[in-house]
Amino acid sequence: MSATTVDMTEFELTDFNGDHDFDSDIHIVAPQGSAGFVATMLSVAGRTLRKFVRSPQLIVLGTVQGAMFLLIFRYVFGGNMQPGEVPYVDLLVPGFVVGSVLFGGMMTAAGVAEDMEQGFFDRLRSLPVSRTALVAGRAVADTGVLAWTLAVTAGVGFLVGFRIHGSPTEALAAFGLCLIFGFAFVWLFVVMGLVAGTAQGAQGMSMLVFPLTFVSSAYVPVGSMPGWMQPIANNQPVTAMVNAVRSLVLGDPSLAGLSRSTGHYVVVALAWSLGLVLVFAPIAVARYRRS
Amino acid sequence: MTASTPIVEAQGLTKRFGKVEALAGLDLVAESGQVLAVLGPNGAGKTTFVRTIATLLRPDAGSLRVGGVDVAEHPDAVRRMIGLAGQYAAVEEAMTGRENLKMVARLFGHSRRSAAANAAAVLAQLGLTEAGDRLVRTYSGGMRRRLDLGASLVGSPKLLLLDEPSTGLDPRSRIELWDAIKSLVAQGTDVLLTTQYLDEADQLAQQVVIVDHGRVIAQGTPSELKGRAGRDVIEISARDRQDLPRLAEVLAPLGAESPRVDANTRRVTVPVDGGTAAIPEAIRMLDQTDLVIDDIALRRPTLDEVFLTLTGRDTSTDDDNAQQAA
Repeated sequence: MSATTVDMTEFELTDFNGDHDFDSDIHIVAPQGSAGFVATMLSVAGRTLRKFVRSPQLIVLGTVQGAMFLLIFRYVFGGNMQPGEVPYVDLLVPGFVVGSVLFGGMMTAAGVAEDMEQGFFDRLRSLPVSRTALVAGRAVADTGVLAWTLAVTAGVGFLVGFRIHGSPTEALAAFGLCLIFGFAFVWLFVVMGLVAGTAQGAQGMSMLVFPLTFVSSAYVPVGSMPGWMQPIANNQPVTAMVNAVRSLVLGDPSLAGLSRSTGHYVVVALAWSLGLVLVFAPIAVARYRRS
Repeated sequence: MTASTPIVEAQGLTKRFGKVEALAGLDLVAESGQVLAVLGPNGAGKTTFVRTIATLLRPDAGSLRVGGVDVAEHPDAVRRMIGLAGQYAAVEEAMTGRENLKMVARLFGHSRRSAAANAAAVLAQLGLTEAGDRLVRTYSGGMRRRLDLGASLVGSPKLLLLDEPSTGLDPRSRIELWDAIKSLVAQGTDVLLTTQYLDEADQLAQQVVIVDHGRVIAQGTPSELKGRAGRDVIEISARDRQDLPRLAEVLAPLGAESPRVDANTRRVTVPVDGGTAAIPEAIRMLDQTDLVIDDIALRRPTLDEVFLTLTGRDTSTDDDNAQQAA
């Protein structure tokens, strides 16, 4: 029974200071009820954030990758771009930051699939807590990771010559909009992770959304695309978000070659985000509850 | 819940995955206050059974009660009673052992302080206090599995579900894990474990249920089940594979039942009544032939032989089939 006998010194090292009887066996105190929705969400979100901060490969993936591609776009492709009134870099960086939301989603899909593969979800789902809160915690944490990634990418953008033309408030609003967009898209990637079931499969599946970033106004003007492609590029969430973010950081939509008001583009972008959440969050939750 | 309420009670439990019937009307009663081992080859339905108890799967038919509570009707109440440690060490590598336990304790509704106290108690119980503040990434396989076991304990479950707890562990880690499980049992936690290792069931359980093709085919204490396989056996290893039929033929008069031949291990097993006296007799019989053997031994029947007697199949050949099917 040595394994179950209390070693006083061990307890002095910990913050155990209850009034338990030290002579008896170790007591594992029975919990009262279970964690509420918010507590559950924060617990699992805390775990995802710790994992990100403590895993060098994730930090590299989430930080360096975006910066590297931004440099490539800026200096390799950028030389050939001759837009109108503002330099290409001022158009590129907002588009690129929005595009990064979708690239960052790969990590979400792979992380979710990995948790499934390695039995971590089974552990969580066998606990007396809301399964919706477990998924929501993941979505919130991954949006937090995204905030970091986007901030780094924007920072690199400033280093390579990007300047905002609007007010700082508008720029902050643009950043907030990117996070809302990120939170909306995270649900799609959670669904992909749950459907794929393996980290590799999830990565492959999330490649499927890459065309959305390229067939959009993010990197090149839609007007330069073939005629049949333009309606697709003009009517999809990435373009909607890029238009809104550009309007805000340039302070004037016409500088980005856009004809409507900033408010219009922001509303369209928010509508897309809401739509994505309304469609994919219920699918993710349903899938998680039964998978 | 009274003392006489069984901790697990399954009736006609059925679960289908496409064409495969993982559980085919499984009936089982596990009394409180003991360790029950669910024993069977790969693909017998053991994991499916544990997952239905853990509310991770919904059965297609049949009823399942845990501590008297219906799993389909009150899954949340059942989740409060159980702790699950699966085939994988489901712990977060990028957190310390203590952080892992605290997280699960918090999810069970512990306050910050009592989560910390419980985490410390569980670490001490599993001999992980020293490693408690290291990242799990640096743990050995055996330590991870013990931590996983710990994570299933912080909610102080009435019933601990262990799905193949020692799969993939080296012999030493396996024995350490067994010791940890035994000390829990000594404190009165009910345990239901699945295993395909017959010695594991023998080591840990007072009751063994043998499952095959999603049904219970035998139930009893380990010694009752061994009694079913009956007699002691003489086991002879042949030097030459082609000698096996002749060996069986020569030794047949010695046996209380007809000898069994295993070509893969080059062994002939003969169930005998005479105990140790059968050995010199077997050697005399072999002396009159030119058959060469590597080894001869008398031993008690193993649970492997129980399985063979009950199903007519070898556990190992069944494994191969399961792998081909997968």
